[in-house]
Amino acid sequence: MSDMRTPLNRVRGLGSAKEGTEHFWRQRLTAISNLPLVIFFIGFVVLYNGASYEEVRGALANPFVALVIALTLISILYHMRIGMQVIIEDYVHGEGAKIALLVLNTFFPIILGVSALYALIKIALGG
Amino acid sequence: MVEITLPKNSKVHQGKVWPKPEGATNLREYKVYRWSPDDGDNPRVDTYYVDMDDCGPMVLDGLIWIKNKIDPTLTFRRSCREGICGSCAMNIDGTNTLACTKGADEISAAVKIYPLPHMPVVKDLVPDLSIPYAQLSSIEPWLQTVTPEPAKEWQQSHEDRAKLDGLYECILCFCCQTSCPSYWWNGERYLGPAVLLQAYRWLIDSRDEKTGERLDNLEDPFRLYRCHTIMNCTQACPKGLNPAKAIANIKKMMVERRV
Repeated sequence: MSDMRTPLNRVRGLGSAKEGTEHFWRQRLTAISNLPLVIFFIGFVVLYNGASYEEVRGALANPFVALVIALTLISILYHMRIGMQVIIEDYVHGEGAKIALLVLNTFFPIILGVSALYALIKIALGG
Repeated sequence: MVEITLPKNSKVHQGKVWPKPEGATNLREYKVYRWSPDDGDNPRVDTYYVDMDDCGPMVLDGLIWIKNKIDPTLTFRRSCREGICGSCAMNIDGTNTLACTKGADEISAAVKIYPLPHMPVVKDLVPDLSIPYAQLSSIEPWLQTVTPEPAKEWQQSHEDRAKLDGLYECILCFCCQTSCPSYWWNGERYLGPAVLLQAYRWLIDSRDEKTGERLDNLEDPFRLYRCHTIMNCTQACPKGLNPAKAIANIKKMMVERRV
């Protein structure tokens, strides 16, 4: 149990990673872009609440709507991924579990995003 | 994973209730965390009754009164008794603060006292602060220059000197440091509010010439960016300083040097 390393050794650890600012900056950028995009998305959902399948499909096929929804997906999923990464780093301290969760946290939004974008493109191009 | 519950040997039990002083009419109840490394016992909370007619108004006066009059084994750090040395930092009534500047009359009901949170305990109210001290030395909190030393002093304009206000007053009591949840979860990798405030104090000093190196040393997902603006630090600071703002300013400098 007894750790014979000096406190300074423990604190200096592996040194500074010399990064983190890009992560911080992108989190703010996507937070800004999320704001109008999510408002648009909520407006869209409220407007088409109770509408028929054909109506919603038609609306999504509109190039402007499809483009904004696509941007919303990208912005939200990216924001979610980097936000979740911070939470995992905060709370999960086992190195193995942490790496596994960080890998899953990268794959999950990519799978989600690619499938959603594929569906959107299909609708937009009338496939 | 983060530990939500205390390990078995750290669970706090109900301790001894010490007899009330005889003949006293103005009593104040103190509930104080006790733990000794010498027996194998769990920590406990002892109850003491302080005669306020025989004792000064501050929480520290109460502790000293208990040590002198009831229980000489009660262990705590104290020195200046006027809020400038930072020795008597402890968790009083749920907030980290200095026992010497916290009035017992500011607290309703019993005065509950614990050591600074999430630090190893040496004994009773004395925490082991060697990690925060090592973190402080890791940021090299002294003036660093490349220019040959001038014959007289390093000069600084009044405006630049004013930038150190709100930073130089820090007494390193670590009330803020140990109030920060992010510091609790990642205490060895995150530098914490007290150390980052000190780091900023040297970053913003117009005479220091190692600003870039200092920023390089801080630019790390854990050292700096574990701060999630929880603001417990600013709320706890017994000197009324704002470590959260200092940290935000460091992040601003990080962005500034790349855009």
